[in-house]
Amino acid sequence: MKKIRVYLLEIKYEFLKVLRTPAYAIPTITFPTIFYIFFGVAFGKQQHGGVTMAKYMLATYGTFGVMGASLFGFAVTVAMERGYGWLEVKRTSPMPIGAYFVAKMSMAVIFSATVVTLLYILGYTMGGVTMPLGPAAAMFGILMAGAVTFSALGLAIGYFAGPTSAAPIVNLVFMPMSFLSGLWIPIFALPKFIQKMALALPAFHLSQLALGSIAASGDGKTAQHVFVLAITTLVFVAAAYFGYRRDEGKMYG
Amino acid sequence: MKNTTLRDAVDHPAPAMLAGVSKSYGSIPALRDVSFSIEPGELVALLGPNGAGKTTAVKLLLGLLSPTSGVARVFGENPRDAANRSRTGAMLQIARVPETLRVREHIDLFSSYYPAPMPYRDVIEAAGLHGVEERKFGDLSGGQRQRLLFALAICGDPDLLILDEPTVGLDIEARRGLWTQIRALLARRKSVLLTTHYLEEADALADRVIVIDRGTIIAEGTTSEIKQQAAGKRIRCRTSLPADVVRALPFVVSVDTDGEALLIGTPASDVVIRELLTRDPNLAGIEITNAGLEEAFLALTGSER
Repeated sequence: MKKIRVYLLEIKYEFLKVLRTPAYAIPTITFPTIFYIFFGVAFGKQQHGGVTMAKYMLATYGTFGVMGASLFGFAVTVAMERGYGWLEVKRTSPMPIGAYFVAKMSMAVIFSATVVTLLYILGYTMGGVTMPLGPAAAMFGILMAGAVTFSALGLAIGYFAGPTSAAPIVNLVFMPMSFLSGLWIPIFALPKFIQKMALALPAFHLSQLALGSIAASGDGKTAQHVFVLAITTLVFVAAAYFGYRRDEGKMYG
Repeated sequence: MKNTTLRDAVDHPAPAMLAGVSKSYGSIPALRDVSFSIEPGELVALLGPNGAGKTTAVKLLLGLLSPTSGVARVFGENPRDAANRSRTGAMLQIARVPETLRVREHIDLFSSYYPAPMPYRDVIEAAGLHGVEERKFGDLSGGQRQRLLFALAICGDPDLLILDEPTVGLDIEARRGLWTQIRALLARRKSVLLTTHYLEEADALADRVIVIDRGTIIAEGTTSEIKQQAAGKRIRCRTSLPADVVRALPFVVSVDTDGEALLIGTPASDVVIRELLTRDPNLAGIEITNAGLEEAFLALTGSER
């Protein structure tokens, strides 16, 4: 019971901390929603593969939102708390290190869920998007699972970046990957060589899975997308673990 | 040093102990063959200039570093044991704590880590945080920030408290306030290791002082013992003897020049003056003063100011 209380308190205070940091909370929520209004709603009447762009872009901006919430939530806070010595103070206490990561993971998922829910509301009210509960829930679930991949990447960046360099590094990863994965402009509208590059990017595969779940893409390569996501997630987790060990090595070496 | 049997040492291990510890960062040695221990209810000050290795010693005892050679023990066990972490509280020199959480929230969270934390009101009382409990860390003054870190160190009601430069950067009033709070803990039979480069702080608080410089222990004892052990007297005089010759004389601990005069630190001023007079009959302007701990400390560590 005692241990559960530690986890719950850690989540609660992580949540309060993030809510009180507008520099994280506001862009994380407003960027994807505003972009969706600009592109998804504005070009929403156009059709592709049997769905409106308003519906199609729910999947791509949903992916964009999840990516931002996870990457920034992990990378920036871990880099700062590590760099400024706070993590070291926590480690002199008997805090289970798992509580620290679970709290950040919870935060990434809560913010991802908030962004995707807001997109759904905008899609319905402004984009005229309707869909049955089944696919809507399936896409929601897929996007939340995607938070794991980008949280692992964020954690890895947090372990290697300094407190002030983490945010710029995340932007250097986040922005190009979003564009090249077809999250802003649909992948089919991008040049062929970019479509090829996208095959190596986890954000592309997550968005394709999300599109598949609402029958908006139909490229049908579900197994391939899941495989690439699984592999990249493993790579990111391994990199994060390496960073964690390296950090310990510096301390325990 | 008390006489203890092996049995005693096994049954009642010292709250903190370094035995023959050396620690290098790459090829740079930070500690060389350092040994000391802290007895229950004792406050030991680790005194030394910046870069002497104090923080390294602290991190070894907290299990944040492991020794290159030698052994670090807390209550006879590895400092990294979870049980030991519950019995140890620490105040480290850190740049920043999450700034958007309130004092009350920081203490609430940190207390939850420990099996038998101090009641919240007691923590506030002991750290002197009345009236700022609802303030965010980012809105606290320097002294209040240090007191919050102190509160986090004691909130688990630890038996061993390790304070790394607890009053660095504080004004004298805030410093004295924290001293009062540290003294109050001693009344509760806590063991405390405190590092400082303020002589006054060691003098005001410590039962025992360990002076450390460039990674080695150079003196150990009560502050009055340290004064004697070091340059107990300071001789000021004018002489034609070169400083190097004076430095090589028996009982001379330190030699500095002050304009035309030499400043000589020594525990045996009579012997040194007799020696100087035989070598330089024109020795003039002799003044002998008692060295304060400050001089003693400077003599011991050879630091320049």
